[in-house]
Amino acid sequence: MTSGTTPRPTPVSHAEAPAGAGRHAGQAAVTVIEPPTGRPSLGLGELWAYRELLYFITWRDIKVRYKQTALGASWAIIQPLLTMVVFSLFFGNLAKVPSDGVPYPLFSFVALVPWTFFANGLTQSANSVVASQQLVTKVYFPRLAIPIATVLSGAIDFVLAFVVLLGLMAAYGVAPTAHALLIVPLLLLAFVASLGVGLWLAALNVQYRDVRYAVPFLTQLWLFATPIAYPSSLLPEPWRTLYGLNPMVGVVEGYRWALLGAGSPPGRMVLMSCVAALVVLIGGILYFRRMEQTFADVI
Amino acid sequence: MTAAIRLEGLGKRYVLGRALDPHRTAREALVDAMSGAVRATASLLRRTAPATGDDAFWALRDVSFDVPHGEALGLIGGNGAGKSTLLKLLTRITAPTAGRATIQGRVGSLLEVGTGFHPDLTGRENVFLNGAILGMRREEVARKFDEIVAFAEVERFIDTPVKRYSSGMYLRLAFAVAAHLEPEVLLVDEVLAVGDAAFQAKCLGKMGDVTAEGRTVVFVSHNLDAIQRLCRRAVLLEGGRVVDAGRADEVVRGYLTRQLRRPSPAEWLDVSGLRRRGSGGARFAAVRFTTGEPALDGHPYPLGPLELQLEIDAAEGRSVSSLAVVIRDVGGTNLVNADIAAAEQTLRLEAGRNVVTLRIDSLYLNPGEYTVDLWVGDGGPTGLDYVESAFQLLVLDPRPAGTGPSLVVTGLVPCALRASVASGSMREGVREDSTAGSGADPRGAGR
Repeated sequence: MTSGTTPRPTPVSHAEAPAGAGRHAGQAAVTVIEPPTGRPSLGLGELWAYRELLYFITWRDIKVRYKQTALGASWAIIQPLLTMVVFSLFFGNLAKVPSDGVPYPLFSFVALVPWTFFANGLTQSANSVVASQQLVTKVYFPRLAIPIATVLSGAIDFVLAFVVLLGLMAAYGVAPTAHALLIVPLLLLAFVASLGVGLWLAALNVQYRDVRYAVPFLTQLWLFATPIAYPSSLLPEPWRTLYGLNPMVGVVEGYRWALLGAGSPPGRMVLMSCVAALVVLIGGILYFRRMEQTFADVI
Repeated sequence: MTAAIRLEGLGKRYVLGRALDPHRTAREALVDAMSGAVRATASLLRRTAPATGDDAFWALRDVSFDVPHGEALGLIGGNGAGKSTLLKLLTRITAPTAGRATIQGRVGSLLEVGTGFHPDLTGRENVFLNGAILGMRREEVARKFDEIVAFAEVERFIDTPVKRYSSGMYLRLAFAVAAHLEPEVLLVDEVLAVGDAAFQAKCLGKMGDVTAEGRTVVFVSHNLDAIQRLCRRAVLLEGGRVVDAGRADEVVRGYLTRQLRRPSPAEWLDVSGLRRRGSGGARFAAVRFTTGEPALDGHPYPLGPLELQLEIDAAEGRSVSSLAVVIRDVGGTNLVNADIAAAEQTLRLEAGRNVVTLRIDSLYLNPGEYTVDLWVGDGGPTGLDYVESAFQLLVLDPRPAGTGPSLVVTGLVPCALRASVASGSMREGVREDSTAGSGADPRGAGR
């Protein structure tokens, strides 16, 4: 928000130094506060300087996630599990949607696990800045930390749901393929996509509370625009590769291929998704950073 | 040596109805954008500048001053003077529109105690979280943890969620974390205005320590007394500009006289345009005072009478259970609260204009300058109307000038005093009882 700003002193030995001694040190921090220049910047250096705060906010979000709920962390499992049951009943059994040779429940659940991470991350980060009104108006820190922490804290839900996925695979006697480790970079892709869209929405939400009403609708549409209930193999090329412009297409098809060996290697689709997700993320950061300057005034 | 804080022409402009409107919807923005484009095009055609001045206002304009290292500076001014805006710029919560500020050293800010406290987390967890939010590093919080808990006096409850805390415990813990922040430059807003008297005294004490340690402090407060005690220098803001700067006591005195009118006795003073708080169900329109005596031209004097007449406009007929004239000294200390509630009296106001007369039989005030607040309430917490510092009251020395020494007063208030003297002891009965059996006459021994 301010150019030429050293966010906080390099972690100098202020702790050991007697009170006030630091100011005579040659490398004392200087903060320059000026009107925004409009020059776009990602502000990642400043975010790094505040990494400890990012850690604490993430930790807080995880800690309070299921406070005072009767079912606690089981919510992380219930949501994708019940969706899977409904999908299996209607799409798998009644509509006989093809599932690339994998049992339909497994076919949809393997997609729902990263999808739930993406959709919850997006929904919660869209509301995160507005929900942190008290912080935003009372203390300075890079506001990017709020939505990032929100999406990060969803990783705990992902891990829980993933354990259930492994159980389900064991129940169907499906062993993970040799590419199983690829799900880690694919999760990162889901993170980038979730945060990218979340940043746009979070910044918009500060000024236009319409976002609050649009988000549930958006995620619902997006769910059906992503091959979760059906395989992307229904589409012919080149549409199938272009389908990868929806970043979650690459994630979902990547998961199916890496864990279950279903379908063909989705390399080109994943590449497409990575490019799309990065464009959304960088655009999201730039937009968020521009709007950030007036958050405290507008919120 | 350079200043710890240097402000050069700092300004912040808000665009009314845009930046300030909290719930602007996309539709309104579209309409604004379109009408803005139309206006811009129209002004382009007429070759005039677009009218930006209409809906824009400067919350802060062209503010320049320096704060040397190790100095405590008080920032004063009425509501809307720009104090909080200035603090928000210095803490980087919001960005300036013009000018520049340079701060040397690690900055800590305290605009509120307990920022980021989460009710579901325990005291221990909140200390670490809040510490991180205030800019402390984890080792630093860990090192000071015991000290913080001891200061807050919540040892037994440190692993209890803070939502189970009493509000006092919550505040103590929140302040304790903030108090252990050790920045080189500390920016503090009205954080002392919370808690009970003992807590406030503790906060003030801690603030005193901080300034005594030689840190640079910028302190915003409405508590002028605290400003004078903690700060050597003060800056007075009015309408977003610096109107006075200098020694704290002088700036405070200047501020008080600047904002006050001093009506002559029996002269009606219009107070309808003054800044006020309250629901507005009844509003003070005008006020006048008199002693009802020709002496001192009707000015009040110690232990003399004072009669106040208050013109009140009521929106509808209503009973008021509290109507008061509050007299404060220049430091802001509340000396007299003449409230009908204390006399358990209720007044009936009719719709339209009413004139209420309050008569104080003996005014226990020393000669000097006082400020008067007006208050009317119906039992609700906000009151109907509250005019702070409505006018200034001069209490005069009743004796003609040049007769005897001036009243050198050290007490806060006078009292109705009469002195007499009698010779001999009046306590002989007591002394004789206690010395019975000694055989000696104590009076005789004493002489």
